[in-house]
Amino acid sequence: MADLVLKDVAKSYGQVNVLSNIDLEIEKGELIVFVGPSGCGKSTLLRMIAGLEHITGGTLEIDGTLVNDVPPSQRGIAMVFQSYALYPHLTVRENMSFALKIAKMSTAEINERVEKAAKTLQLHNLLDRLPKELSGGQRQRVAIGRSIVRDPKVYLFDEPLSNLDAALRVATRIEIAQLKESMPDSTMVYVTHDQVEAMTLASRIVVLAGGGIAQVGTPLELYERPENEFVAQFIGSPAMNLLPGKITGTGETTTVALDAGGTATSTVPSRAEDMGRAVNIGVRPEDLMTTDGPAIFTGTVNITEALGEVTLLYFQPQGGADPIIGKLQGIHPDLKGQQVALTADPSKVHVFADTQSLLYRDRPIKEIATKAH
Amino acid sequence: MSPALLGLVTIAIGVSGCLGYFYLSNLFLDKVLFPPVGPNAGRNINRANMIRPWLFLGPAILALGLYLGYPVIETLRLSLTDRTQDEAFVGLANYSQMFAEPKFWEAMRNNMLWLIVVPAASTAFGLLAAQLTDRIKWGNIAKSLIFMPMAISFVGASVIFKLVYDARPAGNEQIGILNAVWLQFEGGIGSFLILKLMPAVLLLSFAAIVTYVAYLLLRPLLESAGTVLIKALRVFGAAIGLWFAYTALSNAVTVFVTELEYGAPQTWLTLPFYNNFFLMVVLIWIQTGFAMVILSAALRGIPEETIEAAILDGANPFQIFFKIKVPQIMPTIVVVWTTITLVVLKVFDIVFAMTNGQWETQVLANYMYDKLFRANDWGVGSASAIIIMLLVSPILIWNVVQARKELR
Repeated sequence: MADLVLKDVAKSYGQVNVLSNIDLEIEKGELIVFVGPSGCGKSTLLRMIAGLEHITGGTLEIDGTLVNDVPPSQRGIAMVFQSYALYPHLTVRENMSFALKIAKMSTAEINERVEKAAKTLQLHNLLDRLPKELSGGQRQRVAIGRSIVRDPKVYLFDEPLSNLDAALRVATRIEIAQLKESMPDSTMVYVTHDQVEAMTLASRIVVLAGGGIAQVGTPLELYERPENEFVAQFIGSPAMNLLPGKITGTGETTTVALDAGGTATSTVPSRAEDMGRAVNIGVRPEDLMTTDGPAIFTGTVNITEALGEVTLLYFQPQGGADPIIGKLQGIHPDLKGQQVALTADPSKVHVFADTQSLLYRDRPIKEIATKAH
Repeated sequence: MSPALLGLVTIAIGVSGCLGYFYLSNLFLDKVLFPPVGPNAGRNINRANMIRPWLFLGPAILALGLYLGYPVIETLRLSLTDRTQDEAFVGLANYSQMFAEPKFWEAMRNNMLWLIVVPAASTAFGLLAAQLTDRIKWGNIAKSLIFMPMAISFVGASVIFKLVYDARPAGNEQIGILNAVWLQFEGGIGSFLILKLMPAVLLLSFAAIVTYVAYLLLRPLLESAGTVLIKALRVFGAAIGLWFAYTALSNAVTVFVTELEYGAPQTWLTLPFYNNFFLMVVLIWIQTGFAMVILSAALRGIPEETIEAAILDGANPFQIFFKIKVPQIMPTIVVVWTTITLVVLKVFDIVFAMTNGQWETQVLANYMYDKLFRANDWGVGSASAIIIMLLVSPILIWNVVQARKELR
């Protein structure tokens, strides 16, 4: 059963449309991650679910109830803010029990809930401290604890790790994953701009771009079968290479003659009418490998970046386009300035026509993704 | 020489004199007294750096000492001597003479009333205005209007309010707005509600509040916590609170039983006890703008997310205001409160210009002025000045400490 249903949700400030046509169903127990470039409206969407922003179009249902006009506190949600938003004048215990006191819960039950949450989050030694006496990670745990005690149907996280330093971010990310595992029935919506967080935490990722949804899917679905060029380039680092060309062979596999000279074969099927169509093929840097045979791409290495585990090769194509990037296993210090031929497994080659992958050709082309890109 | 030119020359000489002093004294310190050369260069640098602040602060400390420190000592001396007896030392005779005067105790009582009402009302109204004007389009216009009285001198404001309280003989057109409103009451049910029930309820709720505060002060005593001094302070505070509660209760009764002279214009400033409040209104009118500006800035400084978190936690606007916003700006409220308290303790101009202490409106500063410059009684006048200083000092120190805490 769907816990959270968004139907044609839109948000506009006067004439400016920030979000439109958001259709999304979130199942109970899922951890959904909203990801996208800054300004794509992911935080706005989360705040609309929370009730902090007015929904200007469409409907939002939580647990089968229409909540468009229900005040935030009665929606059965709890939110964790990027800046923690702890009440600075209250102790950890008071911070966690604030909502329960407002709800006029009995002292005994408040204490029981706070103790339980404190135990889960290892906060029991900190209950009588003020937020200013806590470290960043501890504050974030208190913020999460403040949500847990309310026992909400849906947890909302607004970039909860962005204010933490790198090491703490990894640790807290794992803590959140464990927390999710310990509460398999709770639904979580998590906003981030960090795709590592998205890939590691999400049961499904929603990629937002240009005011709409570019694609919804499991992390690996987005990685292996991106619906459009935007998602293809947004997920994965470094971004997927896009090379323009024309289809020269159709059928179960598609052959593309690239404008730069190479030829690429892809396991993506195509139809006879696609013959001669202008397309972009997409290959991830990590899928490229050196070859002595027919190459997708041949060029002179401009820059190498040796990361130890892998080596990144940068090729500067003619005409100032984005550099083509290759990622080779191991250390290759001698490749700089060399002529290198690269190819890829046909199953790893994506074909995009009008920015849309041929895998999803029956779906309508999403203008928003091209616009954002 | 024309006065303007003289002024300019004075400014030029003064400024260049200051610059010259700082430059030359610094030069003297570095080149002659402790030059950073020779075998003791390091030690000399340290010594010069120790002396330099005193060198630069010296003139200011001297001037402040002359204009602030010396008068305090001199006033203290005057309060202990008698000029008519060739400045003979008379001990505390001036003080005991003063304490025996009912007018002094009237001034004390009125000052305490001012002390309670004006800072509380100004801060409360300022906070209210700051919160209400925060999110609306014409809020800034409203704020400017509320702030404007700050630009009016106390005497100017007094003149304005004297007109508000003005009374003309019955039958004439009233130019004072208060009398114009008063004459609208004719003794019906509306008059009863507004002039009897409302003030009585207000006084009763005030009595309830101060009684509760007194109870809060006394409650910890039962658990015998804190030092003797704290306990004494608590008992003292509770006693004051209970006294206020008593006063409020008796006045509530008075308000209810008094026959009001409907239809007759009132000379408001001659009504004992209440005229104090008519005077206080002037200062509240002025200080609300100050409180509003400072508190408005503080309110804007509250992180927006804490308010959103409170909304999600289910707090209603009142709970957000009193449980989230006010506690977060409490240090600022305290600073505003104590700053206004200092203004109130020194209040002179308003009373001087409106009633000159007649009809039981005397306050300490005006009492001091009366004794010093009208009665030429230097002993008692100085004694009352010392009393004012004693009352101001603890609040001033607390204010400075709080303001510094705020800055940190």
